[in-house]
Amino acid sequence: MRFGVVRFPGSCDEVDAQLAASRVGEAVLLWHAERDLGRIDVVVVPGGFSYGDYLRPGAIARFAPVMDAIAEFARAGGPVLGICNGFQVLCEAGMLPGALLPNRGLRFVCRQPGVRVESTASPFTAALAVGERLSIPVKHTTGCYWAPEHQLDRLEAENRVVLRYCPGQNPNGSMRDIAGVCNEAGNVMGLMPHPEHAVDQLTGSADGLRLFESVAQALAPVAA
Amino acid sequence: MSAVAPVAEPERQALPGLAGAQALGLTEDEYALIGQKLGREPNLVELAMFSLLWSEHCAYKHSRRLLATLPSAGERLVMGPGENAGAVDVGGGLAVAFKVESHNHPSAVEPFQGAATGVGGILRDVFAVGARPIAVLDSLRFGDPSSERSRYLLDRAVAGIGHYGNSIGVPTVGGEVYFEEPYEQNCLVNAMCIGLAPRERLIRSAAAGPGNVVVLLGASTGRDGIGGASVLASAELGEGDAAKRPSVQIGDPFAEKKLLECCLELLERGLLVALQDLGAAGLTSSAAEMASKGGVGVEIDVARVPLREPGMEPFEIMISESQERMLCVVAPRRLDEVLGLCARWETQATAIGTITDSGRFRVLSDGAVVGDVPIGALVDDCPLYDLSPRPPGAQVYPAPAARLTDADPGESLLALLSCPNLASRRPLFEQYDCLVGSRTVCRPEQADAAVLRLPAREDAPRPAIATSIDCNGRRVACDPRSGTREAVLECAANLACVGAEPLGLTNCLNFGNPEKALVAWQLTEAVGGLGEACRALGIPVVGGNVSLYNEAGEGPIYPTPVVGMVGELPDAARAGGLAFARAGDGIALVGPFAPALAASELARLRGEALPGGLPAAEVAAVVAAQAAVRAAVRAGVVTSAHDVAEGGLAVALAECCLAGGVGAQVSLAGRPGGGPDEALFGEGPGGFVLSGPDDALRALAAGATPVAIIGRVGGERLRIEHEGEEVVDLAVGRLAEAHRTLEALFS
Repeated sequence: MRFGVVRFPGSCDEVDAQLAASRVGEAVLLWHAERDLGRIDVVVVPGGFSYGDYLRPGAIARFAPVMDAIAEFARAGGPVLGICNGFQVLCEAGMLPGALLPNRGLRFVCRQPGVRVESTASPFTAALAVGERLSIPVKHTTGCYWAPEHQLDRLEAENRVVLRYCPGQNPNGSMRDIAGVCNEAGNVMGLMPHPEHAVDQLTGSADGLRLFESVAQALAPVAA
Repeated sequence: MSAVAPVAEPERQALPGLAGAQALGLTEDEYALIGQKLGREPNLVELAMFSLLWSEHCAYKHSRRLLATLPSAGERLVMGPGENAGAVDVGGGLAVAFKVESHNHPSAVEPFQGAATGVGGILRDVFAVGARPIAVLDSLRFGDPSSERSRYLLDRAVAGIGHYGNSIGVPTVGGEVYFEEPYEQNCLVNAMCIGLAPRERLIRSAAAGPGNVVVLLGASTGRDGIGGASVLASAELGEGDAAKRPSVQIGDPFAEKKLLECCLELLERGLLVALQDLGAAGLTSSAAEMASKGGVGVEIDVARVPLREPGMEPFEIMISESQERMLCVVAPRRLDEVLGLCARWETQATAIGTITDSGRFRVLSDGAVVGDVPIGALVDDCPLYDLSPRPPGAQVYPAPAARLTDADPGESLLALLSCPNLASRRPLFEQYDCLVGSRTVCRPEQADAAVLRLPAREDAPRPAIATSIDCNGRRVACDPRSGTREAVLECAANLACVGAEPLGLTNCLNFGNPEKALVAWQLTEAVGGLGEACRALGIPVVGGNVSLYNEAGEGPIYPTPVVGMVGELPDAARAGGLAFARAGDGIALVGPFAPALAASELARLRGEALPGGLPAAEVAAVVAAQAAVRAAVRAGVVTSAHDVAEGGLAVALAECCLAGGVGAQVSLAGRPGGGPDEALFGEGPGGFVLSGPDDALRALAAGATPVAIIGRVGGERLRIEHEGEEVVDLAVGRLAEAHRTLEALFS
């Protein structure tokens, strides 16, 4: 079980994501300029400010050489998790539907909202139960999830809204309180909350670890 | 590079002379002294270099003698004053480097960039010693938020701090903000950074090895921040400050993020001889300081410096304060490896000069000498000035505006909780990432100090450090010596409440114009109080910063010696929180607390004049009480610990209720003759509110520290009796509503 965590110039949470992943498996950093992922079972596109978020969050990172390899990995069914800036990158790359807009309050917000599991269609939530509440922090300026209404209807119909902020706890104005979505196949998931910052009760919560454990479990039969 | 040559004729024709020197902020005597040191009149390049290095900001010419009186030694000290940041040993082979610095005047002129580059600058100071920045704290002062300008400064400064810290991936874990009229025209923006490094990897800035290459890392050099140290940082603010905006630097956290990772990797691979950040006075000060510390000379060719705009003059290149640059010294055989690693991090790196054995700073332009001065004259020979302190005959600061009259204790409590100095800081700190790095154990408003975990080691599975930054300028204005002592004790009290023992202190002395007798007295007294408190706590001052000339129009700011402290605790899992958490717990008032209303927050709301003095605290008794609280928290026998500060005991109790979402019933006895207001809202050092099982609270009284069980946690209301009469009865929800007033400033 080997996680690869991308490091772009300007990534901030890649080491935390690596530490989180290393609680359930091996974890290495993937340099943005590489075109070969090596032997990797799961890709994490981490949070931070890749390329300074200049132009638009994720807009430059999607052109990084490593992204071609990640797209190919995803097409082959490999699990890919985009966290915060990583979610933005995956949306910009067309690997996930919708877009992240500036927060409704137009300010950076760092908070610990409750998040409800809405779907187990993704390997990152397969081991969880629909309706479970997780406490996972958010910290971003551009996290308001947006998609056209018909696309949102389709996402819901296809069980692809994976996480939702608990009622009254939507920190950014996301449509339908959406905190995380996945692609049609379910193997690519993006979310604004930071599960890598919720892997130890000592630093606030261990609920985020469940996502890493879930994907490890989902892949276990294959790896074995 | 070329041989020594006399200053070329074209420069000689354009000698700036005394008038030029004065325009750059030097005095006639200083100009004469420069001529004497050089044996000739300086040209423009040389004069520009002197004007910056001999500015208050760089030379500490009004404060150096005072600062020398501060304790700067200790068994845990690894690196003391004089380096980019001080450092203390935290065990397990690790050291923690930290420093606080001001960016006041730039922030008053352009708050977003001023505050952002303040953070950027203090981060560079910390990674310049080889430590990875792991936390930022900030200390802010503005005028009353009823003023539109203060609201603008607050909003933009907070946004600027968040912009830089969030983008670079360093958590902002704590801070403080006060709103008082004397800061209306001259806000304060101080930023503190804490870094972590293996002890043996800390690097000093002393250049060494004649023949070694001087490499400039990071951003291109532009005309931004020309003369920032002399124009902005070393003179009073006044009319026409908008025209000084070009002196404020523009921050690029993305460039600094790459620079940070690049520098740390260069150090990790042992490729550098020395490293120094470029801050105030740019290339001039960093190269001169490196050479001075190493006892060597340096040659820099300005024609090799990558420029952002064409046509820059040599003097502009030498003093530009463009951000996100570092200077390092590299052995020639390592140069290719250094340049290669920088290319990988997309960080510009250019060999711009060499270390020499001449003891001189020579500036070349395409090989031709355009400036040549002895390093010693630049760095060490700046004249130092003795202050002429004189205590004022009467309190010089006007009484604050009255905001509260005829209030009963319940109304006073609500007024205090909702006043900008005490209201919840949530609307500010939610704009900062306090989590990145996965070390944050105690977040803002969870505990009196921020707690950050360190890597596990054999003798301690969960070691941690705690940090706090404090200063109540109004109390310092009442009594600079006692007020400063209180600031240090308050900081240590915050650490005690999470179970941490202080290891070292950094300070930023924000004062007015030291050439004035009043300010000279404030500064002298404050530094005296700072030293006394540090000695009482047994901790060194590891470094700091002085920001003088903080006045505009109405007179000086409140003297504001901001102190930042770092302490250690053996077990992060036992870090104390401030929240009442268990119904039925006893509530104890611990410590030699002698509340007085004079100089309190309630007195400010009532518009009372500032007294000319504060009651002298029993420092030894306060320190003993802190030790008792720390021991109880570390033992894990109490539920919560919170120190009594602004707003007195009633506000401290309310804060414990608010943090826990639970009520309390408390019964107080007063000092004979003192009314309920004194017992409820009086202030002074040495008081703590603890909650926990009664026997654990009583056990605290085993030493000499006074302990009184005053009430019990529970219910949904805060009820306080004074001498048997109920004086406060408020729902916790009502307290919370009052506490939320700052939200309106950010909506």
